[in-house]
Parts: sequence; C-alpha cells; structure tokens
Amino acid sequence: MPNPSGGLSIAKLIAQRIGSGVLVLVAVSMIVFGATYGLGDPVRAMLGNEATPERVRAVAHELGTDRSLVEQYIAWVEGLLTNEAKSFATGRPVSELLGPRLLNSMILAGSAGLVAVLLGVAGGIASAFWRDRSLERLASLISLVLVALPEFVTGIFLVALLSTGVLHLLPAVYIGSGTVLDPLALILPMTTLVLAAAPYILQLARATMIEVLESDYVRMARLKGISELRVVMIHALPNAIGPIVQTIAIVLAWLAGGVVVVEFLFRFPGIGTAMADAVTNRDLPTVQAISLLIAGLYIVLNILADVIGLLANPRVRHGSR
Amino acid sequence: MSALAEQSAVAGGTSNPSQVRAALRLGRTRLGLALCLAVIGVALVGPWLVPHSPTDFVAGPFQVRAPGAPLGSDNLGRDVLSRFLAGGKALLILSVLATIAGVGLGTAVGAIAGYFRSTIDNWLMRLTDVVLAFPHIVLALLLVATFGPQPWLIVLAVAIGHAPRTARIVRAATLGVVEHDYIRAAEAVGVPWPSIVFHEIVPAISSPLLAETALRFAYSLTFVSSLSFLGLGLQPPTPDWGVMINENRLALTVAPFGTLLPAAALAILTVGTSLVSDGFSRVVAGVDRGIKS
Repeated sequence: MPNPSGGLSIAKLIAQRIGSGVLVLVAVSMIVFGATYGLGDPVRAMLGNEATPERVRAVAHELGTDRSLVEQYIAWVEGLLTNEAKSFATGRPVSELLGPRLLNSMILAGSAGLVAVLLGVAGGIASAFWRDRSLERLASLISLVLVALPEFVTGIFLVALLSTGVLHLLPAVYIGSGTVLDPLALILPMTTLVLAAAPYILQLARATMIEVLESDYVRMARLKGISELRVVMIHALPNAIGPIVQTIAIVLAWLAGGVVVVEFLFRFPGIGTAMADAVTNRDLPTVQAISLLIAGLYIVLNILADVIGLLANPRVRHGSR
Repeated sequence: MSALAEQSAVAGGTSNPSQVRAALRLGRTRLGLALCLAVIGVALVGPWLVPHSPTDFVAGPFQVRAPGAPLGSDNLGRDVLSRFLAGGKALLILSVLATIAGVGLGTAVGAIAGYFRSTIDNWLMRLTDVVLAFPHIVLALLLVATFGPQPWLIVLAVAIGHAPRTARIVRAATLGVVEHDYIRAAEAVGVPWPSIVFHEIVPAISSPLLAETALRFAYSLTFVSSLSFLGLGLQPPTPDWGVMINENRLALTVAPFGTLLPAAALAILTVGTSLVSDGFSRVVAGVDRGIKS
C-alpha cells in the first residue's frame, strides 16, 4: 500500500481503480477502431475486390474513410453514442439487431453463472474439507478434465448424449429466432457453460479454503477443541469469501467471452452467434459494437472483482498496513 | 497468483532438470504425456496413412459405411478416416507457433518490466491491462474480421492473447530474482542489460516458465480449434478437426464418426496437455493448490 502511516482511504483506492478502468475502456475503443478501420479497409470489406474505382470512392466518402484517422475516430465514437452505427449487412442500426440478442445472452450467461457459482463454491468447500479422500481426488480429476476440454467439444458430447445418440431428451439446436426463450432450448447451452465454469470456480474455491484452513488462527481454533464443522463454517469460511467472490466476478467476465463459441454451437440467438456471423460477413460496425459491448462488460466485471477484493481485505478496509 | 509468484521465487534457485524429473515422477504427468503423444503421433504420422486424399469424393454425403470408407463419408462425401488422419497436423503446427511466439513475447516484456521496474514497468503493465481488457476470443475475432481468416493471423491472434498473461507471471518471478547478488555482481562488472535479462534472469526463472509454457500450449490447442470450429480459423477444404466438427455435426445421428472422432481426438489431446501442465505447476508451486492462472 502506498501510504503506510495514515492508510489510503478505501474510497480513494476504489476511485483509482474505476478511473484506470475508464482509461482502459478508451484505449480499448481506440484499438477496436484502429484494428477494424485503421489497419483494414472497410470499403473493400463491404464491397469486395471487384468494385469499380468510382464506386469505391463514393462509398469511402459516404463512410468518411477519406478523412483523417482522428476525424474518423471522433465521428465513429459520436455515431456509437448517438446510435447511428449501421450494419453493413442489413443497413439497419446495429442496436436494433443487438437489443433482443443481448437480452437472450444475458439470460443464458446469467443462469449459467448462477448455477456454476452455486455448484462450484459448494463443491470447492466440500473438496477442501474432504481433501485427499479418494472420492475427492476423483472429483478433482474430473474438474481438471472439464476445465481442459474446449467448450464446443463438451457441447458436442452433451448433444450426442442427450439429444441424438443415447437419449432423445433435448433439442440439439435452437429453432426459431424469437426473443422469448424456450427454457428447454436453454438447458444444453447453459449446461455446457456450467461444465466449463463450475470446475474452475471449484478449483479456486478449494485452493482458497485450503489456504485458510492451514492458517494459524484456524489451527488455534482447532487447538481450542472446536468441532471441525464449526471451524470450517464459522472461522474459516468468512475469511475465504472475499477471494471466492472475486473468482466469481472473474468467471462471469469469462462468460462474457465464453458465450461466443457455445452460442454458435447451438445456434442460440444471442450476441455470440451475432458476432460469429458478423465476422463471417465482415460486417465491421456490428463486430465493433459487439467487441466494445463485451469488452465493456468484461472491464466492469473485472473492476467489480478488484473492488470486492479490496473490500474483503481487512488490511485495506481498516486502512492499516 | 501472488502465492505462485512467491513460490516460484523460491523455485528459481533450484535447477531446472531436477524439476522436470520431479514432474515426470508424478503419475498425472506420465498419463498426460502418454495421451498427448498418442494423439500427436496420429496427427503427425496420419497424413501418410490416408487411404484416400482428404479432399477426394468417395461416396454420397453422410454415409455410415461405404466401400473403401470404413468410417463413412462426410457432408460432401469425402472419406472421414482420411480427413481425420490428416486433420491434426495444421492444428499442432499453429498451436506450437502461437505458444512460442506468445510465451517468447510475454517473457521479454515481463522480464524487462521486472528488471527495470519504475517507468518502463508501469507502461508495459498498463499495456498488458489494455490487451487483457478483451476476452481472448473477442480479440481474435476482431483481427479475423479485419484481415480475413489466415493462418499467420491465427498464430498472431493467439500469441497476442498469451503474451500479457505470460508477462505477468514472468514479471512476478523476475521480481524475486533481481535482488540476488549475482545480478548485482553482473551489473557491477558492466554486463549490458539485454545480457543480464536474457542470460541471467530468464534461465533463473525457467521452471515457472516451463509450467507456463505447458499451460499456454494447452490453451493454444483449445483456441485454434475453437476458431476453426467457428469457421474463422483454418478454412475448408483443409482437413482439420475443428472444421470437421463444424461441417458434420448436423448429421451426428446418421453419421456420427465425422463429428465424434475429431471431438475425441481434441478431448484426449487437451486433457493430456492439461495433465502435463498441472504436473509441472504442482512441482513448481511445491504444493497441492490446483491454482491455474
């Protein structure tokens, strides 16, 4: 900590973290702009390679790519803020496409996050408690396997198991494109995401709990003859909650990107599928909007993780070091 | 993460070969290596064993079994077995290149930041913050949207995502090494800084670096195959496991091999690599924590 004597106030630390988050977001917007408009050629992306020079010039003027990069960047940010960015593919405002899809993705990622957190935290605490029993070793091996598998491979195995091969319980792909979701169609993509995220939370929750259980004050509590259950629930758990909540925020941030492949696998009508389709069609305004949206969410969740980490650390909370 | 950094500072003192041997004594490392080598063997030798050209049409689409195609045909009537045997090589090459490039760049950035600290450190770490503000897949898709799907771009996209993550690990490990007397001695006799960074510091942190490289390779495999699966990595008609899964998954019921065979190969390969990486991490961290970065 920078100020050992009086202690830097926690509000100031949080403000600093948020400030740097805003700076990063600005830098990210420059990269998104630079990567797609600065380095690439949006006119060619839109028209293809066979367009006549006149047509290229006309479209370049329309898009403003004949102006300087700084002017373009400012106009681009204005367009985003005033909702004027239009999709190359449909000519409609990007927000029109993304609104309902964003809601769908939120439902998918939110429900997957909730289930993964509940399973992961409970499993992590239980594994730390029963550490090194044979059943726990098996569970930790299974979680290692699940973390290792690419999400689309897990998803394919689930489809083979539950929709096509062994059992015929659930639809393999999402049919239709409505905004109101069929819960039955939600199950497979959600389960795939849970199987990727829950073991990760489990591993970190387990590690945190083991660290706390090996600390001096927990040993002291044990020496006083307090029952093991009480040691875990009353003495150890409160001190592990900070890092665990931090992990949860990080996993939610991971879900913001993780939905892309899983949504594509199940043709789930969310922003992930929209992103994959937009990249295939080289629909740059849509790609930019989704990249910024996901990066923005990701930054916010990571700030949240850091703030929770600060709040949960008693040394910071009480301003002493 | 900080626990890992502290541990690796301690581990920095021990010699690297003994740690490799310690890792190889773990059952999980051996199992992981066996699984990896089996799939890597198929991927490297497979292209010479194909009964047909992987792009030849040998039967109608989605046949379960056809004359000359024991595992059936794919969505265009090509031999599933041939495409499977030929489908791992490109993935392996791209993943190895991406891992080398990403870990190399990250090591340079992390070691320089950790050695100089102060202003350079500050700027380099802010730079990693910006790259880390994108989920890796979004960064890659952004690049593919701009330049189109090309092999060098896949390597670059994966490497750029790896570099800041490796840089953080290397920087933390470097901070534990720079205080040692032999670094001070090298400075005192006027050894130029690139030589200190790459000949004194990097060898001293080779153990955590090895664990990090194994982890990054596991992740490269997932990532490259995911891009191909999305149709934004290796392009048809290239035989590739990720591409195959995407092409054939609609016929999972009628002709399952075209999807399940590459999926199984990817599963064994990624699980094997993760077991090896986990074995190395355990030896380097010295404790059973199960922490992954």
